[in-house]
Amino acid sequence: MAPWLRLEALGLTENGVRIVEDVSLKVSHGRTLILGPNGAGKSTLLRLMHGLLRPSAGHVVWPRALMQAMVFQRPVMLRATALANIEYGLKLRGIPAEARRRQALAALTRVGLPELAARQARRCSGGEQQRIALARAWALAPQVLFLDEPTASLDPHSSREVERIIGEIAEAGTKIVMTTHNLGQARRLADEVIYLEEGRVLEQTPVDEFFRRPRTSAATTFIRDER
Amino acid sequence: MNEISASLALALDLVAGGESRLAAIVLLSLKVSLGATLMACALGMPLGALLSVGRFPGRRVLIVLFNGLMGLPPVVVGLLVYLLLSRAGPLGQFGLLFTPTAMVIAQTVLVAPIIAALTRQVIDDEWREHREQLRSLGASRPRAARTLLWNARFALTTAALAGFGRAIAEVGAVMIVGGNIDGVTRVMTTTIALETSKGDLPLALALGVILITVVLTLNAGAYLLRQWAERRWG
Repeated sequence: MAPWLRLEALGLTENGVRIVEDVSLKVSHGRTLILGPNGAGKSTLLRLMHGLLRPSAGHVVWPRALMQAMVFQRPVMLRATALANIEYGLKLRGIPAEARRRQALAALTRVGLPELAARQARRCSGGEQQRIALARAWALAPQVLFLDEPTASLDPHSSREVERIIGEIAEAGTKIVMTTHNLGQARRLADEVIYLEEGRVLEQTPVDEFFRRPRTSAATTFIRDER
Repeated sequence: MNEISASLALALDLVAGGESRLAAIVLLSLKVSLGATLMACALGMPLGALLSVGRFPGRRVLIVLFNGLMGLPPVVVGLLVYLLLSRAGPLGQFGLLFTPTAMVIAQTVLVAPIIAALTRQVIDDEWREHREQLRSLGASRPRAARTLLWNARFALTTAALAGFGRAIAEVGAVMIVGGNIDGVTRVMTTTIALETSKGDLPLALALGVILITVVLTLNAGAYLLRQWAERRWG
């Protein structure tokens, strides 16, 4: 499989603190999960990949330009209806009003919330807002979807629902790069695991291998402690 | 004490009587200050949002400048606009001095920095919350500014109101560029100043009561609007 994203000696230093350090890797799988303890630099690495942060060293190389979208840990909604929030991203892409409405409603239906179309997004529950955020990203038909701990602030029921939707998005052909510290989730969703600690990549292995015999003692400890 | 209560009684009679001279003064006050507030919003709100979201050389200098201009003394603004509009001034040919238009211009200059600075503060908070999401969706900075202005529409009523409060309560600027001409450019504050110095306290007090009532009513209205909006939009 040819890599669709390459990181070359990527680093980010902020106020003298090295948050991401000398990360070189190739992403070629459909579903890559970034694992690691809190403060390992998972979210920062994701933001560097997506282009929200500018690296202080190295490069993010896209061999072929891919349409990207991102879902954050906490969904941020505009003061508007759920449907209008989904439409907003489409509007920025210059899609005419009628097509926009149709696509937004289709996305909201795919995440199982068509009945919320006319509801004020910020009045919806946390779980509902995260699903609306997924619909907002999905409506853009991204080729790559970045997800930063999308279930970390959700109750178990909403988490399962969000996980199911992410599975469906991947199933439909969108490449997924996602951070989590939920091992079960990584096991269920990942093709490949990137293990990060203190801003460095310690492992990049297929998911079965990662859980069966992690190569580094750090990952072994992490798996044992998180279980 | 007696004089005050007697004056107040007379003042209330004047208000209740709906005397046309009084009504004209109140109406002109509202027209001038509302007009100035609208103009200042049209200028100050986009400017404030761009100061918050934008990235351009001189941004910090402008932020400090606008914060400083919030405390601009009305008489100085009046003087500057007077120089601008006077016959020999750069805009003298339009003959605007001592007209309500001149008063709107002066109050716009006075109030626009206040609205810009307050808008910047509101949009700063919005930008902190929405920045990553908007950038991820591909919104340009001007576009983000526009989106956040609309998103903060209810919080921004406070900024508009602060501007209006400043405009309707100031004397210095309208006195200088309006000239306090009876029936033409006389507004509540200039009348209060004049009538007080002439010793006609009832009229001055009547206008004072109306002025306070107008400001309180608007503030209460804005407060209720925000409450309602927060319940509805979250």
